[in-house]
Amino acid sequence: MKLLVTYSRREGKKPIIAQIVRDTGVLVNVERALIDSSEGEALIDIPDDSCRIVRDKLADLGATVRLLEEEISLDESECVDCGACISICLQEVFTFDTESKLRMDAEKCVLCGRCIEICPHKALSRKSET
Amino acid sequence: MKKTIHQVQERIRDGNARVVTAEQMPDIVAELGEEEALAEVDVVTTGTFGAMCSSGSFFNFGHADPPIRMERVWLNDVEAYAGLAAVDAYIGATQQSTTREDQYGGAHVIEDFIAGKSVELRAMSRGTDCYPRRTITTELLLENLNQAIMCNPRNGYQRYNAACNSTDRALYTYMGMLLPSCGNVTYSGSGLLNPISNDPGLRRIGSGVPCFLGGAPGMVVGEGTQASPGSGFGTLMVTGDMKQMDTEYIRAATMKGYGVTLYVGLGIPIPVLDIETVRSTAVRDEDIWVDVIDYGIPARNRPSKMKVNYAMLKSGHLEVNGEEIRTSSLSSVRRARRIASELKGWIESGKMNVCLPTRPIDATKKAGPMIETVQGPRVLEIMDHRVISISEEEPIRDAARKLLKGEINHLPVINSEGVLVGIVTTYDISKAVVNPGKGTLVRDIMRRKVITTTADEAVDIAVQKLEKHNISALPVVDRDFKVIGMLTAMDLGKLFGGRWLK
Ligand code: SF4
Ligand code: SF4
Repeated sequence: MKLLVTYSRREGKKPIIAQIVRDTGVLVNVERALIDSSEGEALIDIPDDSCRIVRDKLADLGATVRLLEEEISLDESECVDCGACISICLQEVFTFDTESKLRMDAEKCVLCGRCIEICPHKALSRKSET
Repeated sequence: MKKTIHQVQERIRDGNARVVTAEQMPDIVAELGEEEALAEVDVVTTGTFGAMCSSGSFFNFGHADPPIRMERVWLNDVEAYAGLAAVDAYIGATQQSTTREDQYGGAHVIEDFIAGKSVELRAMSRGTDCYPRRTITTELLLENLNQAIMCNPRNGYQRYNAACNSTDRALYTYMGMLLPSCGNVTYSGSGLLNPISNDPGLRRIGSGVPCFLGGAPGMVVGEGTQASPGSGFGTLMVTGDMKQMDTEYIRAATMKGYGVTLYVGLGIPIPVLDIETVRSTAVRDEDIWVDVIDYGIPARNRPSKMKVNYAMLKSGHLEVNGEEIRTSSLSSVRRARRIASELKGWIESGKMNVCLPTRPIDATKKAGPMIETVQGPRVLEIMDHRVISISEEEPIRDAARKLLKGEINHLPVINSEGVLVGIVTTYDISKAVVNPGKGTLVRDIMRRKVITTTADEAVDIAVQKLEKHNISALPVVDRDFKVIGMLTAMDLGKLFGGRWLK
């Protein structure tokens, strides 16, 4: 499952993700990271059964954790199957099926937001995250 | 063997016509042979669904009491052209709202009307003896309008060049988002389903021919604007009654960074009367070639990167120098297919019949570029011709002196051959003074990535560079990358009040 981790970097530049891997032994897959001088945000993917331990540990380290229940969501009534989103998504989330209908493999999405911006028909959005 | 149009029309009236879509035709011809296919197939239906910016609608609102001669008209804050009598207006699809910018435009007004939503009309007038009223505001539904006639000056492009971008930053164009370093290729059009691709000689498509437009029965008016069938880029002017349209086939859209456009569904039935039409309707995606154009080059004559056909484009990726580039379309093949098959149903049931053009379109015509009688300004005309530069080997102190003496903020840095290698600004120098750790020579502190312009570049392009990179000066270089001047934000001031902005 995917967790969105936000942490302050004011108390020194601790490598928080590395610390998690070391302390919990869970293999963390970093799918997206945005780090500036004061704050860091990372989207990580971890095995479902390690969720508890990773979340607790992150909380100990002062990070805010959000579980991303849903990824990108497609409004079928707005989508016209133009395909404009296909080649711009580096995660290759979108493809056409044999009928040229848009197919989405939301599992691969890292929520970079690019397709939401460029869809000419505003058919893509982020579904509620908890 | 030959068939007459009357035979085909009669079969349609009797409900006996054999109709196939342009997607089915190639296989039928391959299987039966041309003669058999001619005997077998009466009509081939085509379809396309994509962004067609050159679209719009005429409206007649009826007279108010007291009456007004509308001079300026807004529909949901989108201005429509009202220089047509008293209560007529034409709304263009790409016109943007005065309040919501690219999130709402003429295309949205058209879609909202068709969807049955109410649209606010605002109009102004000077007031005349016969039309005393000066302003009006009212809410209108499509059914309240006397006429709502879609009339699209340029639809149904025969084919459209694909797009890529060789620069190092993403571009947002009417061809969608183009990733840097040719990271993707985008294309438009439905390939073998496209109307004119099935009749490139324009022998069957012309004025008066019926069509499917936005879900309604419509008609081809004739040659579209900028039509260039002689070079394989024919277009059509088409019209249809908005009151019978369906939002499945008319959709407003916003291309990020470009603006509002309208997705239009268009299909044309082509009567199969002779072998030539059998051949032209047997066209496959493999037969329709286009160039991949580099949109990174801001000129009319953009270079072609390669030639590709629609089969390659539709496959989802191209191979270029051993590398795989993903492709994606902007128009919907799925919906184009639906249009062709809906149109097939219309002809089979006799809801629509076919006819020959009442006036043919010249299939040899080629469109020309704009004649520009007044050249737009070039960098040469406004650049600072003084060449104040510094060698990379000189001390920072000397750079500071030159900047002060020339009363300038940017100093191009050259190597021993006089070739531009960097740039330093007053800011870089102040930083070096406060923070002397980096070294004492210009080379140690200069910025090596320099954005440049050339003397014959259009000022508009240079301005775009300044804005995009958030900088305030561009060294002007010649072909050998030697500095021949500078263009600064200050030089641009020369344009104001000058002859170009009158
Ligand atoms: S860009 Fe938008 S409308 Fe086009 S296929 Fe993707 S989701 Fe659908
Ligand atoms: S949000 Fe980013 S990763 Fe997810 S589908 Fe859109 S473009 Fe792909």
